[in-house]
Amino acid sequence: MKPAKFKYLYPSTIEETLECAFDHGEDVRFLAGGQSLVPMMNFRVATPEVLVDLNGIRELQKILIDDTGNIHIGAMTRTRTLETDNSIGTANPLLAEATKHIAHVQIRNRGTIGGSLAHADPAAELPGIILACDAEIYLQSPTRSRSVAAKDFFQGVFVTDIAQKELLIKVVMPAWPVERFWAFLEVARREGDFALVGVASWFDVDKSGRISDARVVAIGVSDRPVRLKGAEAQLSDQLPNSETFERASKAANSGITPTHDIHASAEYRREVSEVLVRRTLNEAWKRG
Amino acid sequence: MMETVHKIKLTVNDTLREFTAEARMTLADCLREKLDLTGTHLGCEHGVCGACTVIVDGKSIRSCLMFAVQANGSTVTTVEGLAENGILSPLQEAFRDNYALQCGFCTPGMLTTADAFLKENPSPSRSEVESAISGNICRCTGYISIVDAILDAATRLAEKGDK
Repeated sequence: MKPAKFKYLYPSTIEETLECAFDHGEDVRFLAGGQSLVPMMNFRVATPEVLVDLNGIRELQKILIDDTGNIHIGAMTRTRTLETDNSIGTANPLLAEATKHIAHVQIRNRGTIGGSLAHADPAAELPGIILACDAEIYLQSPTRSRSVAAKDFFQGVFVTDIAQKELLIKVVMPAWPVERFWAFLEVARREGDFALVGVASWFDVDKSGRISDARVVAIGVSDRPVRLKGAEAQLSDQLPNSETFERASKAANSGITPTHDIHASAEYRREVSEVLVRRTLNEAWKRG
Repeated sequence: MMETVHKIKLTVNDTLREFTAEARMTLADCLREKLDLTGTHLGCEHGVCGACTVIVDGKSIRSCLMFAVQANGSTVTTVEGLAENGILSPLQEAFRDNYALQCGFCTPGMLTTADAFLKENPSPSRSEVESAISGNICRCTGYISIVDAILDAATRLAEKGDK
């Protein structure tokens, strides 16, 4: 239960990070909050030769809300900051709410948004929220910068679109309309455990009182966070009421094949997905 | 395999400590083995049990998931730093008076977690306390007495503050 030996580097800028990391060959890992990587190192599931600590890079810790309302969140922003920062609570209440469900306070004090996204646990909350909000993820390598849409970023269990020699810099979440209806719920065996199933839902209502746009995203039911497009289709252009939400929840499972493991069967996850879709939609509408 | 050894400066329980440690040494191991502060307990060593919780720059963290070198320049409070001049803190007294420990293995983590929590939230509800210690596993008490103790400590600290 002790990590293998490694060389430790502590750069203070992004440029320095990219430079020093890639002077060191292939077996380099970036250390963000360390709440997933360090357990893996303690178990020696991960044995990087070089560990590049990102905790000294101030430019990765910034949160900025631009003139258009887009939220730029630096990769090294702590989960606890997302939970408690008033500007996030106003700018994207769904993100702030979902963050409360992440593990325990000691983990949230260290864990970061960039670390969670790069780790890409299929049951993790932040990847689901990023997908539900159509966020863009910014990556930088020594030779280029690029951004990837959340829907293309997650590619499987612990697998993302991040290439060799790329560092996750920030996440940009589109502006969040004040009138938007939203909710996040999850079912876990104990508080702070990974979700067996979690659902994030939001919808906008137009002047005629009908749903103009909606997202329903589930975590824990697949090898990555997934949009429940069957449910979304049932919401589109409908009046927001319990009948509509019931129809959407019945359609929650079309097109997804939940995983089964020691904690829950696929059947159970299907049933919980359906229930959580109905509950999130009702809760969203009631709160509005 | 290359390895780096680092000079580390820490303020631990109000005392400045300087030492060297291999990069792979966790803060928990460092506190116990280099600084002889064995009050910090190591249970699972992968961030699940909460026994190794210490306070770094005011925030409760798992010291098994942080390398000592990462704490360089920080202020660390361990369970040994809670009592002042040999007098138990109100939180520690409340633990004793409410029978909030049996075997004592989880206690250092419970105390450090609760200490940081009460500084952030001095008058918590019962459910907020339950949530605050959800990352700390106790196999003896059933938690009820620990929650009682933390709520009692909040009252004691408020009274102390009023005086």
